[in-house]
Amino acid sequence: MSPTITTSSEANGNVSAATARAAASAAATFEASGPQPVTMAKALNTALADAMHADPSVLVFGEDVGLLGGVFRITDGLTKTFGEQRCFDTPLAESGIVGMAVGMAMNGMRPVVEMQFDAFAYPAFQQIVSHVAKMHNRTRGLVKLPMVIRVPYAGGIGGVEHHCDSSESYYAHTAGLKVFTPATVADAYRMLREAIDSDDPVMFMEPKKLYWSKDLVDLEDLRVQRSANAAAGTSSEGRAAVARPGTDATLIAYGPSVPTALAAAAAAAEEGRSLEVIDVRSIVPFDDETVCASVRKTGRAVVIAEAHGFASVSSEIVARVQERCFHYLAAPIRRVTGFDVPYPAPKLEHYYLPGVDRILDAVDDLQWEN
Amino acid sequence: MTISADHTAPDQAQRLPAEDAASEAVRKFGITVEDYMLPARHQIQMVDPEGRLKAEGEQGTEPGHEYPLPADEELLAAYEQLVVGRRVNDQNSALVRQGRMAVYPSSHGQEACQVAAALCLSAGDWLFPTYRDAVAVMARGVDPVETMTIFRGDWHSGYDPARHKVGIQCTPLTTQLLHGVGVAHAAKLRGEDTVVLAMCGDGATSEGDFHEALNFAAVFHLPVVFFVQNNKYAISVPLAHQSVAPSLAHKAVGYGMAGERVDGNDVVALLAVLDRAVKLAREGSGPLLVEAHTYRMQAHTNADDATRYRQDSEVAEWLAKDPISRMKTYLTGRGLLDDDGAARIAEKAEAVATQLRDGLGEDVPVDPQELFRHVFSVPTPQLKEQSAMLADELARDASSEESPK
Ligand SMILES: Cc1ncc(C[n+]2csc(CCOP(=O)(O)OP(=O)(O)O)c2C)c(N)n1
Ligand SMILES: [Mg+2]
Repeated sequence: MSPTITTSSEANGNVSAATARAAASAAATFEASGPQPVTMAKALNTALADAMHADPSVLVFGEDVGLLGGVFRITDGLTKTFGEQRCFDTPLAESGIVGMAVGMAMNGMRPVVEMQFDAFAYPAFQQIVSHVAKMHNRTRGLVKLPMVIRVPYAGGIGGVEHHCDSSESYYAHTAGLKVFTPATVADAYRMLREAIDSDDPVMFMEPKKLYWSKDLVDLEDLRVQRSANAAAGTSSEGRAAVARPGTDATLIAYGPSVPTALAAAAAAAEEGRSLEVIDVRSIVPFDDETVCASVRKTGRAVVIAEAHGFASVSSEIVARVQERCFHYLAAPIRRVTGFDVPYPAPKLEHYYLPGVDRILDAVDDLQWEN
Repeated sequence: MTISADHTAPDQAQRLPAEDAASEAVRKFGITVEDYMLPARHQIQMVDPEGRLKAEGEQGTEPGHEYPLPADEELLAAYEQLVVGRRVNDQNSALVRQGRMAVYPSSHGQEACQVAAALCLSAGDWLFPTYRDAVAVMARGVDPVETMTIFRGDWHSGYDPARHKVGIQCTPLTTQLLHGVGVAHAAKLRGEDTVVLAMCGDGATSEGDFHEALNFAAVFHLPVVFFVQNNKYAISVPLAHQSVAPSLAHKAVGYGMAGERVDGNDVVALLAVLDRAVKLAREGSGPLLVEAHTYRMQAHTNADDATRYRQDSEVAEWLAKDPISRMKTYLTGRGLLDDDGAARIAEKAEAVATQLRDGLGEDVPVDPQELFRHVFSVPTPQLKEQSAMLADELARDASSEESPK
């Protein structure tokens, strides 16, 4: 007899060995108290474990996510803790992974699936665009698909072709998908929990070059915050963040470009220029309010993104800001993006990626008076 | 929801449920694994086109591929649905001609497959239909007008999939098979005994999702019956251009599941084969693949001209194999159907047709604000802006109509 997950209205009345073990292991994660150096990978891993612990309908599957813990180790230990029923490897078939997740979400589960790399999610495009994005709308909200598709994306890791695509614009262009991308360790935890909580499908874009970035973070504190937010009905979902306050110009960035924008702002500060950095966080829905408030204040803006600039999220941001802030602008909005070329081979990627110098050049171009 | 058993890391040496199911079948039927998985040498046919019950030895059955005759009540219920289904198909085609429906992919000629696909399932089971399977959706109990909403054009889907346990009629070929796999997987994880029947056409078996769905169902050992209506064409393209496999049912063995071929115009054989497939799946056999040989008597949709790619003589050949007339002859011969019974069934069919004419005959008011309401659970700020813009545009239109210049 194979083990089964059973639904029970008195969910807490029947805590099994696996659930108890999950609790013990989750608690072990927080043995150390106070802020600790934590990687983004660990924050994501903890968010998955906490979500699985909190809700037995949360399932994790994909390629190599089981025993191995994923090629980036984001699902490390989940099979061991929660069992093969709840974190498992699938056959190698991305459309199959996403299509099966759709059916599971239709039938009471909250699947969180992993695409191994950005460019390997393309076989699932039909499922994502025609079903994941549209099911709620075509059934007038009768069918909800609370599912998360995690995509390690973008470059800067010296990866060979098909391992470094910035694919966020494809998803952002598709009505019915939320598109989140964290840039900090704390946001990685917070936003993945929000994505799993969402009753709508979320494309969760993980900047793979930031997986091993570390911040001082108190994970236990993030959990407490999350519970407090849940109790108060407040959430940062869909909100951009001011990553660094400033007064002279606004750098608008997301995901992998946020640390680059912050580095540029630090360099500019040494030259006496105060740049505000906005971390978009949620591409869909887009936080016009926070972004436009900053641009109205500074009067100048540069949008930074790794993806090709043509017909992209960065073009959308420029268009939106221009439409809403035209009379506040002292100069045309500039963009620093990847060139309109296929993602380059490892030895060429540094020419392609938006870097501090290119950002500072763009800032210099913003028609300063002196 | 709790986890009711302990879990260990996967043991590479442990036997997979699929292996157990295969050896169980071998033990139960006394045949080899290959003979269990490969379809019988001939399609299963119980009632011939003239409406005669075939002798047991001539039904195409073999050891391990044996099918008892369905019960009389089931056959009568199926006949009633056949008559209703035919009437619905022809009523809808008429409504398209009158401009009352945008399009209708008729299953005229395939009604036996439609009816059997719905009747073989229990209340807790799920059906995943395609654009062509409106009659199956209705036979499952969905309201006729709600079923046709997708073709009427005022919204995409008109019924609640969860209430009826029927996926929405799916157009991107074979994508729905994976949703069926997911529904079955979720049910299995909760320990429910749900069976899923997922439908597609012959041409659709070339799609990647067909392969992925069968493979996932087999690897996760899920109770899914894949039901292929082989009506010989994918719009204009004959099956020979899709596949040179001995039959579509033969594809099953490549996934490690059992396949069977059945006369898709013989509702008796269809019920026998599908009932058994559903029963086996529920008992833990894993997925099965059933291919039904049938024919699309009309064009692909009203927009298609079938004379461009097929001969009238071929259509005439299939007219003689009609699923409804053969069933009527058979049931009448058995004394299960008389003139009164036939009249009562015809009346029911007419009542459904009237319901369709009434429901589709009037213009349904559409609400432009609905465009924005269901994209997400809660509309984004951007959608709220756009909905206000459209509301304003409409208000201005309305006021300029009121105040003459
Ligand atoms: C992915 C995809 N490609 C193409 C189409 C266009 N299309 C609609 S029906 C059809 C033919 C399908 O034939 P078959 O699977 O045999 O089903 P039938 O229409 O005969 O019932 C095609 C090509 C589609 N709906 N989806
Ligand atoms: Mg066909």
